[in-house]
Amino acid sequence: MKELSLNILDVAENSVKAGAGLIQIIIEETVDMLVLKIIDDGCGMSEDIVGTVIDPFYTTRTTRDVGLGVPLLKLAAEQTGGGFSIESKCESEYPDNHGTRVVARFFKNHIDFTPLGDVVSSVTTLIQGHPDTDFLFSHFFDDNKCVSLDTREIREVLGNVSLNEYEVIKWIEEYLREQYADTKAC
Amino acid sequence: MKSLAELQAIRDKMKDKVVIREGTNDIRVVVGMATCGIAAGARPVLNALVESVNELGLSNKVTVSQTGCIGICQFEPVVEVFEAGKEKVTYVKMTAEKAKEVAESHLQGGKVLTEYTLTEGEL
Repeated sequence: MKELSLNILDVAENSVKAGAGLIQIIIEETVDMLVLKIIDDGCGMSEDIVGTVIDPFYTTRTTRDVGLGVPLLKLAAEQTGGGFSIESKCESEYPDNHGTRVVARFFKNHIDFTPLGDVVSSVTTLIQGHPDTDFLFSHFFDDNKCVSLDTREIREVLGNVSLNEYEVIKWIEEYLREQYADTKAC
Repeated sequence: MKSLAELQAIRDKMKDKVVIREGTNDIRVVVGMATCGIAAGARPVLNALVESVNELGLSNKVTVSQTGCIGICQFEPVVEVFEAGKEKVTYVKMTAEKAKEVAESHLQGGKVLTEYTLTEGEL
């Protein structure tokens, strides 16, 4: 993947497939670290499966639905000297509190750090493709919350108009880009 | 600054349109957005299709949606066009520029751009 934002788009698709109602995409950035969290309330995975999704050779052969996305994100984090973790609570064992949490830590100054790239485009692409799923996107810079979007708020305003109407997607894109332009002041 | 009031205006404008639009979309465009597609550049292809369909005023006729792995990863980004009563058309190794051409020639004009489609010999 040429941009981390593409890994975000890819791994968040797993959350959609897990039937998540809400997918949180959180980026916490400091001078030298970038922490990416993708947290969903989907059906989760059993402990056995969680162990296998990070292994590309195992997963591509058996659980095709998961595939190479998670290993690629793990690799992107580890090649910077950072770390990766995935935790999941399976719906059958945790009926009220299930879901999956993926955390990847990157050292930004490492030569093998993949730039974040166009994360706004990834967020709008996710919403365009999955207008019935809710997304909470937040990008923090040095603990100051600077960029955020909650589709639940947008849905409330829109009523029965779909989130993937072109005008709505364009509004969301510009709304996020404006916030990014403002973060330079933070 | 973008405001929620602006979003409300969009809602009021769209409300009437949504009623008219239901059931009229007869062309379905599907972009492969699995790991293989995304890594090969499907995101800008999808966005170019969404933009072009709107710019050309085809929103009543064409829906653009995303799908998982289509199974021909070496040809990604892959775009499939489904139209009632016609054979499926599969465009391969797409770019944003090619996607714009497909929107104009095929989706608007009805002419398939065979130079970008998959032919049996290649499989």
